[in-house]
Amino acid sequence: CGSKGSNGEASKESKKDTLAAIKDNDKIVFGVKTDTRLFGLKNPSSGEIEGFDIDIAKQIAKDILGDEKKAQFKEVTSKTRIPMLQNGDIDAIVATMTITEERKKEVDFSDVYFEAGQSLLVKKGSKIKSVENLGKGSKVLAVKGSTSSQNIREKAPEASVLEFENYAEAFTALKSGQGDALTTDNAILYGMADENKNYQLTGKPFTDEPYGIAVKKGQSALAKEINASLKKMKSDGRYDEIYKKWIKEDPAE
Amino acid sequence: MNVSILFDNFSMYMDGFYHTLLASVIALAGSFVLGVAVAVMRITVFKPLQWLGTAYVEFIRNIPLLLITFVFYFGLPNAGLRLDGFQAGTVALTIYTSAFIAEAIRAGIQSVSKGQMEAARSSGFTYSQAMLHIILPQAIKIVIPPLGNQFLNLVKNSSILGVVAGLDLMYQADLVSSSTLVVFDVYIFVALFYLVLTIPLSIGVNYLEKRLEKSY
Repeated sequence: CGSKGSNGEASKESKKDTLAAIKDNDKIVFGVKTDTRLFGLKNPSSGEIEGFDIDIAKQIAKDILGDEKKAQFKEVTSKTRIPMLQNGDIDAIVATMTITEERKKEVDFSDVYFEAGQSLLVKKGSKIKSVENLGKGSKVLAVKGSTSSQNIREKAPEASVLEFENYAEAFTALKSGQGDALTTDNAILYGMADENKNYQLTGKPFTDEPYGIAVKKGQSALAKEINASLKKMKSDGRYDEIYKKWIKEDPAE
Repeated sequence: MNVSILFDNFSMYMDGFYHTLLASVIALAGSFVLGVAVAVMRITVFKPLQWLGTAYVEFIRNIPLLLITFVFYFGLPNAGLRLDGFQAGTVALTIYTSAFIAEAIRAGIQSVSKGQMEAARSSGFTYSQAMLHIILPQAIKIVIPPLGNQFLNLVKNSSILGVVAGLDLMYQADLVSSSTLVVFDVYIFVALFYLVLTIPLSIGVNYLEKRLEKSY
């Protein structure tokens, strides 16, 4: 009878503390993108999700639970990730998510794990050389629910902004000539330009958008563990290795 | 429920409502005309037209609306014709709905007893006269309820514009939702706006059904 009682207690506890639940279940569920080249992309032949975010998440699982195989992945989009975190479907978001004041009201963030900045992708030979060229009548393509769509409205108030469900659709719209430029974080645009040689980044990044790992509001124990893990992988070289593998540059200091 | 969501973003909701209404009206008229034309093709005695009509219906109604919309928005520019999100979505909606309307009308016409046509023809009516004066007036009564269903579906299906930046209610709601990080409340108001369109349509269809019932 006594043991029954304490079991009940434990399950109640675990609902409150995500870190304890992670240790109980011996797995950690990350919400990741599956449509974002270099960061989180489903490999069609293996069915595995691959990318910078995935490798970082695996190293976090390794540091917290001792084995990178204990990281599990669930697909999220910019629109679904916060509701899924709040519902408890996922333990943490590692999905090219920019740390913003607005989002800090909804979730808690880890330290910065990737320094991104917003830029523009255009067809080679385009007249658009920088964000200043986006005047009246020009169309900019963005993704719904992203900070970049809000930023571009401030940086290019004359341009009209068209927003899509995901990067694949926004990029297809660019290729179909439905817009003059596609805007989002440079890291993602590098991936698109890498895959499609007729397109290039133009101008300097015009924002500073640090990516963070989000956990449910108030889960400070888990956030602390994630920060400790990030620090560790930066000091022992694992982070640099992952960075070079995907971004093909050295991390900026 | 957070009512300030509605008032703070009222201009976006109204813009969305306007585009949803416009797309629905255009698609409703367009799909009806196209649907009647295809239905006529399907019941004509001229075989090649019959096959063409059947192929159209079976092809269009068996593909998801989303894919038809993608073809018009993403695909058509490759063929040199660029439609913006609103135009592409409305055209796709028109074509998609027309296949279902064609089927409803064809079924209505064919449900009128064959004897009616035979009697009309033997009384000296031509085929088209018999169709116009004898068959269609009887068929329209049968067709109204399924047609009403298709029109209601059409209004709701107009939310497809949202995925190709068609400026409709769903698109605006997605933007409001992503900037405020509120999901549920934002879409509740969207549901209310759709009801503003669909309830009167529903009532109109019911009224028409009752009126026509009395007419014979």
